[in-house]
Amino acid sequence: MSQLAKQEHPEATPAVERTRECPSYTPRFDILETDEELVLYGDLPGVEPADLDIRFENRELTVHGKVAPRHTERRHLYGEYGIGDFFRTFAIGETIDSGKISAELKNGVLSLHLPKTEAVKPKRIAVKAG
Amino acid sequence: MLSTRWQPMADVQGEVNRLRDEMDRLFGRWTGRRFPLAPTAYPLMNVWEDEENLFVEAELPGMELGELEIYVHGDQLAVKGERKEPSSDKGTWHRQERGHGKFARVLELPLAVDEDKVEAAFKNGVLTITLPKRAEAKPRRIEVRAD
Repeated sequence: MSQLAKQEHPEATPAVERTRECPSYTPRFDILETDEELVLYGDLPGVEPADLDIRFENRELTVHGKVAPRHTERRHLYGEYGIGDFFRTFAIGETIDSGKISAELKNGVLSLHLPKTEAVKPKRIAVKAG
Repeated sequence: MLSTRWQPMADVQGEVNRLRDEMDRLFGRWTGRRFPLAPTAYPLMNVWEDEENLFVEAELPGMELGELEIYVHGDQLAVKGERKEPSSDKGTWHRQERGHGKFARVLELPLAVDEDKVEAAFKNGVLTITLPKRAEAKPRRIEVRAD
């Protein structure tokens, strides 16, 4: 837990200019690579599955989670983090079978599976005893 | 601070970043952040109020409500739990930014609440605790009589 403060997105305007006036944050991610796939786990608290937009094109993976404002009618007494959209882009070096990408959002955690194409999967060479 | 590009060969850079983050945490440097006074505690919390209730919110992605221990004692609210490490019996981690482990946080509430009527809701990784104010803590409207 080295960085506890939420990271505001460094770009004032991400790839597309937004029409809503709210800060956007860089979600924290864990990335695991196995022989078969890349697995990304991302923290997206407050994002409804319907408000999550994931795109993969030109080896670029974009995750954009829209967060509806909360507690707007209430008086704010004390604050340690901000509430806003989550936005992050990854350049994916591996060759991914884009048709088989799957994503699940549970309790604010995104699990994103990016299967590798057959061509880049490591192959074990069977060695025959002579 | 976080690079948003993932480069498989940038492990050394990743190590340097991790070290720098660790130093930042140890020496309490919070430059360039939106909430420079936010303490190095987990989870971070926000507090709102209306006339009837206090609302305490924390982002706890990956938890279940049943795994959280929430206590109210007097004017103190405690939230405890443990965030589990994602399982990986095989494979290599390229990034581990999310953090895991046990956490406990005690927040001092600004006014008296009714301990028996506290409610907690957990949705999409966001915990919201509703704490009804005690009668003596609610604002009282003073009737002004015209002569």
